Amino acid sequence: MVRLAGVDLAPNKRIDVALTYVYGLGKALSCEVLTKAGIPAGKKVKELGDSEVLALRDVLKDYKVEGDLRREVSLSIKRLIDTGSYRGSRHRKGLPARGQRTRTNARTLRGKRKTVGLGKRKEEEEKKE
Amino acid sequence: MGRSVKKGPHIDEKLLRKIQKMELSKEKKIIKTWARSSTIIPEMVGYTFAVHNGIKHIPVYINENMIGHKLGEFAHTRVFRGHSAPTDKSTTLT
Repeated sequence: MVRLAGVDLAPNKRIDVALTYVYGLGKALSCEVLTKAGIPAGKKVKELGDSEVLALRDVLKDYKVEGDLRREVSLSIKRLIDTGSYRGSRHRKGLPARGQRTRTNARTLRGKRKTVGLGKRKEEEEKKE
Repeated sequence: MGRSVKKGPHIDEKLLRKIQKMELSKEKKIIKTWARSSTIIPEMVGYTFAVHNGIKHIPVYINENMIGHKLGEFAHTRVFRGHSAPTDKSTTLT
């Protein structure tokens, strides 16, 4: 089992795919990391030698991944909220911050649909019973 | 889509002149402005602007975290007073 940046890599996957399980590495960056470390992208994780793992660790030092990246993101959101900006208020309300419509869609941020008007009526009926 | 780098950030010229004047005279006054689209530059840190929101001027104190944003981002133009209460018509099941 290979551990990189606090993430276990799946042993049966190609290394270029397995690296995308690290937060902050997508397909493009994972290939970039591999060329820098001098590892062929098609190699399986279980076939990696110790020296190759070390080379990977060395290259990954220059990238912001996992905890550091998560912290950076949440700090920038916090900065927006603290300065009292419009984008900050959108983050606080859990709504899209870049001017998208919210009459429909925006489901990623707003979560699952919940009906507002009908729900209250049902509660009243239950009380009567 | 970002603004062309060649042009540099958009800063309201009148506002810039006023800041330079204040810098010379070493006094800090609140500047009333309608230039919501003006970028906040490092020279503005520490000043208070009264940014127009369409109705009145909202005082905005500039700190270094706001550099690079626009003045208008800190003077909200909309007031959300909550959704209207459900009426009989909207709640009856059909």
